Amino acid sequence: MKPFDEMIKTGGQVRPPYEQLQCWLDTQNPERFAQKARDAENVFRKTGITFAVYGDEEAAERLIPFDIIPRIITGNEWRRLSQGIEQRVMALNAFLDDIYHRQEIIRAGRIPRELFTHNDAFLPEMVGFRPPGNVYTHIIGVDIVRTEENQFYVLEDNARTPSGVSYMLENRETMMQLFPELFQQIKVRPVETYPKLLRQSLAAVAPPGCNGTPTIAVLTPGIYNSAYFEHAFLADQMGVELVEGSDLKIENGKVVMRTTEGNRAIDVLYRRVDDSYLDPLTFRRDSTLGVAGIMDVYRSGNITIANAPGTGIADDKALYSYMPEIVEFYTGRKAILENVPTHRCSEPDTLKYVLENLAELVVKEVHGSGGYGMLVGPAATKKECEDFALKLKANPKNYIAQPTLALSTTPIMTEKGLAPRHVDLRPFVLVSDRIRITPGGLTRVALKEGSLVVNSSQGGGTKDTWVLDD
Amino acid sequence: MLLGRTANGLYWMFRYIERAENMARLIDAGLRMALTKTSDAPEEWSSVLMSAGVKIGYDAKYREYNASLVSDFLLRDLSNPSSVMSCVETARSNARMVRTALTREAWESVNETWMILKSTLASAIPETDLPRVLDQIKRETAIIRGAFHGTMLRNEIFNFARLGTFIERADNTARILDVKYYVLLPSISYVGTTLDNFQWESILRSVSAHRSYRWVYDVEYNPVNIADYLILNSRMPRSLNFCYSNIVDNLKYLASDYGKRHECHDMSENIMTRLENNEIRSIFDNGLHEFLSDLIYQTNGLGSKIAEAYNFD
Repeated sequence: MKPFDEMIKTGGQVRPPYEQLQCWLDTQNPERFAQKARDAENVFRKTGITFAVYGDEEAAERLIPFDIIPRIITGNEWRRLSQGIEQRVMALNAFLDDIYHRQEIIRAGRIPRELFTHNDAFLPEMVGFRPPGNVYTHIIGVDIVRTEENQFYVLEDNARTPSGVSYMLENRETMMQLFPELFQQIKVRPVETYPKLLRQSLAAVAPPGCNGTPTIAVLTPGIYNSAYFEHAFLADQMGVELVEGSDLKIENGKVVMRTTEGNRAIDVLYRRVDDSYLDPLTFRRDSTLGVAGIMDVYRSGNITIANAPGTGIADDKALYSYMPEIVEFYTGRKAILENVPTHRCSEPDTLKYVLENLAELVVKEVHGSGGYGMLVGPAATKKECEDFALKLKANPKNYIAQPTLALSTTPIMTEKGLAPRHVDLRPFVLVSDRIRITPGGLTRVALKEGSLVVNSSQGGGTKDTWVLDD
Repeated sequence: MLLGRTANGLYWMFRYIERAENMARLIDAGLRMALTKTSDAPEEWSSVLMSAGVKIGYDAKYREYNASLVSDFLLRDLSNPSSVMSCVETARSNARMVRTALTREAWESVNETWMILKSTLASAIPETDLPRVLDQIKRETAIIRGAFHGTMLRNEIFNFARLGTFIERADNTARILDVKYYVLLPSISYVGTTLDNFQWESILRSVSAHRSYRWVYDVEYNPVNIADYLILNSRMPRSLNFCYSNIVDNLKYLASDYGKRHECHDMSENIMTRLENNEIRSIFDNGLHEFLSDLIYQTNGLGSKIAEAYNFD
């Protein structure tokens, strides 16, 4: 079956949100247009907007391919999406608060206790602790896919340290440089306020003892991290320090950074270092990326860590299938955004079904990320399916399976003109005293014809995403 | 206020950019010397390596001195931390680390230099191409300097960057002179043979001062004037006096910004005083070599004191 295309209806008619774009495209000289695409790549390379691919020595720094055809969402579509996202994000924070305190949702029998008992994403260190402002996950990227005109699914809630927001911002910047006239013709809601909102949002959850303007810093693992560009970009745009673990230590019960004028206390730390590396005294002892003793400072209420440690339990793939229950339990309403139907391979009957239908399903590792360690049934060879079945049988608890969704397509620019490719969407959400959602987000696109894998580490690209101001 | 690590990154970024440029100049001077029939080419290349401060590393790898081996070692060899490519890699890594402290123009100029030189220096450079490549290196570093001066705010960030530039440059000029100090001594070169003339020109060439020398002094090279020019002249941008006067100024700005003086302030001002209240004759009388090696030693010490004062040691 042909997947839903967001620009062209079956029959060749252009969908309303793309009409103006189509008119404009018709006036473009193809050669000049192709030149613009190359210009865009040069802009990215020159400014060093790169990402690193682990285990790839040759291409230590690569560009994420950028496609110059924007992806367009109407104001109405966006309103519904953002309501759904807001509801979900509220539920995630309420869930985290509950799970680290009274665990009502377990007592109520809505989710099984076993999900937490041997789960590394659940941090016992967080039990009974309430972070400043009662916010656990401050920065969230919700991965959404579309299959029909009005059918959206949440694929994943990235509640730990979602990345990609710098690409959203740079993509817009690049589009405005390349096609200023287009932005005069079509009213697009702005995204460039994100860094300012992020700063406000982080300042709003400063520890209660902090007087005056809080000192904020972004903690990065360093220049060899795949998302280093983004860390530097955000620190720069917010006008805050970009620190590494080696810049920090504990002094008089505060986390301080070493500066040219002595040590300065930090109030809010936006950390882009994983939980397990955050504090060698509490988590991985061999970590040099974190700060020894920061968890003690945190628990005494002298620093805000965003996102809070232990938020990984909320986006754990083992819990994903319970999200509809979680949303309903904490918001008292049915989830506005749907989950992808999910088979838990830990259940024997389900495992049997999954093994029998491997060729039609997508199977994911419960703790995997970035598109690694997953099987896309319809795209896999028979041999790949058989090998995967063995892994699955050996450790069924480690896997979930989902039907292969017919992800919507949008056109990209290819050498032979426009051609449809599958996309997803990652809107970015900020939570503090209120919830702020940037209109649009990062559209990731599978550049290979027919491919459903949009991850940048596996050949995906990105697009500017427009929410129409209509 | 800056992170200590940021100050460190800025300081070393600019030391390495300066060093890359100096390497190109040293090779340039070496090539010129090797062209003169009167000179002993292997001897010249060996002293180029000495001026570059990398002779030990070179000797561990090669047994003979010639243009292609030495220039390859100084331009492309990543096992030599002072080769142009190593310098550019290190400068860019530091720039990446301190990106938030740089203007877009400053960062892009370093990033582009890295991209361009990475491709230029990807394979061995034939001797006939050397002049073009050396020019390209000098041009690239000039663009970085231009972008930096044209767009950066004159604040602490600027000061730490300038300190890196001038500590490196002072060290470099002092080293060039010290390696060749014997050709400047009156007892040997009094007559001014053709060979001496070439040697003197080579010294000036390695600090790009062979033309400007004539504007200040005389058409005839004279060893005392050359030493005077490179050590005491306050307007020659690579002289020790000029370097130290910039070091002192930048440290003063930091002291007034931060409201605090450190040991490095006294130390740099003492050295400056020695350069200002000195005659070239008396430097010769007290021993040129002793003067230069002491200055190299002091410059090194000053670098450590600056790092200590601003928490990036």
